[in-house]
Amino acid sequence: MIQHLIVLPVVLPLVAGILLLYQRQGLVRYKRIVSVVASLLLLLVSIALVRQAASGEITYYALGDWQPPFGVVLVLDRLSALMVLITSILAIGAVVFACGGDDEKGSNFHGLFQWQLLGINGAFLTGDLFNLFVFFEVLLLASYALLLHGGGKARIQASVHYVVLNLAGSSLFLIAVGILYGATGTLNMADMGYKLASLPAEREGLVTAGALMLLVVFGLKAAILPLYFWLPRAYAAAPAPVAALFAIMTKVGVYAILRVYSLIFGEQAGSLVALEQPWVWWLSLATLAAAGVGVMAARDLRLLVAYLVLISVGTLLAGVGMRSVDATSALLYYLIHTTLVTGGLFLLAEMIGLQRGKPGTRIVKGRPLVQGNALAITFFIGAIAVVGMPPLSGALGKAMVLVAAEGTQRLWLWPLLLLASLASLIALSRAGSTLFWRSHRGSPSGSPLSRYQWFGMLWLLSAAPLLVVFAGPVSSYTQATGEQLANPQLLIETLLPDAGETP
Amino acid sequence: MELLYAITTGVLTACGLYLTLRGRTFPVVVGLTLLSYAVNLFLFSMGGLTTDGAALVNEGTQYADPLPQALVLTAIVIGFAMTAFVVILAMRARSEVGNDHVDGKKEDRE
Repeated sequence: MIQHLIVLPVVLPLVAGILLLYQRQGLVRYKRIVSVVASLLLLLVSIALVRQAASGEITYYALGDWQPPFGVVLVLDRLSALMVLITSILAIGAVVFACGGDDEKGSNFHGLFQWQLLGINGAFLTGDLFNLFVFFEVLLLASYALLLHGGGKARIQASVHYVVLNLAGSSLFLIAVGILYGATGTLNMADMGYKLASLPAEREGLVTAGALMLLVVFGLKAAILPLYFWLPRAYAAAPAPVAALFAIMTKVGVYAILRVYSLIFGEQAGSLVALEQPWVWWLSLATLAAAGVGVMAARDLRLLVAYLVLISVGTLLAGVGMRSVDATSALLYYLIHTTLVTGGLFLLAEMIGLQRGKPGTRIVKGRPLVQGNALAITFFIGAIAVVGMPPLSGALGKAMVLVAAEGTQRLWLWPLLLLASLASLIALSRAGSTLFWRSHRGSPSGSPLSRYQWFGMLWLLSAAPLLVVFAGPVSSYTQATGEQLANPQLLIETLLPDAGETP
Repeated sequence: MELLYAITTGVLTACGLYLTLRGRTFPVVVGLTLLSYAVNLFLFSMGGLTTDGAALVNEGTQYADPLPQALVLTAIVIGFAMTAFVVILAMRARSEVGNDHVDGKKEDRE
């Protein structure tokens, strides 16, 4: 049983999704129970996986018992276990929030939600480049349908851009995978990394082209500077629980960059080592600058949170671009914080919009809110966390990223990251004072929010104080993860026992 | 054969790319379809082009690489589903927004 644990994060949402297909509409209560129970089970499984991975041992699951490098494998190391755990925590918040009424606005919400989880978990666990493509497609197809959930002009417009861009991205992904397969003769990531060590010199150009094309694809998913223009509109238009789940989608891109370039283009890759580094480093800084401007210009709370996601992407990729153990550790700590907190902020923005009625989430004067005090306090806490002011987790995460920069890197990263934080601080305080203080006179109206929505939002935002309380164990885990990533030889030797013998 | 193959893939990609960058949804959909054909051809050629290669591995004989065929099959299925989805999406956008421009603008005539 225990060796089958690795495949459960993929199989569990798949089965739950099939059960949820039973009827397109109706049976709301049954669907909610199945969906929440499946998400809870996923959380238990991912906790077990993290405990298994924390020992530092790398385990893999060969589907159909075809041993690598020939079969399809799922690989569990510290990084993939951590990412699956973040996904399942985020999923519980989003799915409980959706039970407050969002799931009834269209059909098949819960089924699609589970399949999106299937795609995300699969992308985190797979050890095979082509299967990474397949899982990307699974999560994208589910996300297309979820983005359209509830319908409406804005969502369809945002969807057209999102779908067309991602289809073009998928074509590029296939070309890149084809080039890498043609040049190395394998699709298994560990095997590819191993074979790069003995790559004939005339194929280096091909591999470089393939690798940089992959970077474009992952950059599109992660929303790095020249490729992020789809993100603000799509995230601002998506239904709130979907937008919260989408908070992990940009991190799938960040994860893919981290995984592919540390494993395949690690130390053993000879002259191809770290070929992505200058691109990721400079583009991440440019992303930070552009997102800082965007956050100031946003006139809608949900758009503002979407730009906050972009700032976090810039910060994370700057960490990837530094390519050191400390930077990886810092960015992983920041990744946990930013995924959960921005997810929570999307939910909070929706709740504020629901209570305000007609003005919605636009940052203009409106009626006083019924539950204004409670919403204002949670908004204050969430804003402090996301901007990175002490005492919440954002401050720790950003400080760790800043400290990890070395030498001239500090010269570039410090002013840009701090200015982007200042921009988000100004934008959030302006938004908060307009939403909660500058309201029209008159008695508050609007109905109180459902307790599912409160639970979902608080579940995600509570990550901020909890990450400070447990900063010690979490950062020692991320430090160990960084060390494991810096040493891809371990993973290669686990998957390919013969690889060590013939260097 | 290599030259013909390369030219075909190249022309398909160029046409696909050009159409994808057009302003109306119908050319964009056709462009994406052409692009996915080009990608499928490209993937297929990645195992090396062989003529009269054995489909099954037999000692001593030259055989065709079976993996790209499996990859192309997967890519065709996924590409087909995606094309169906994007056609429906384009039709929904046409009926909801009232015109078939990708940005939903009316004034911009070609």
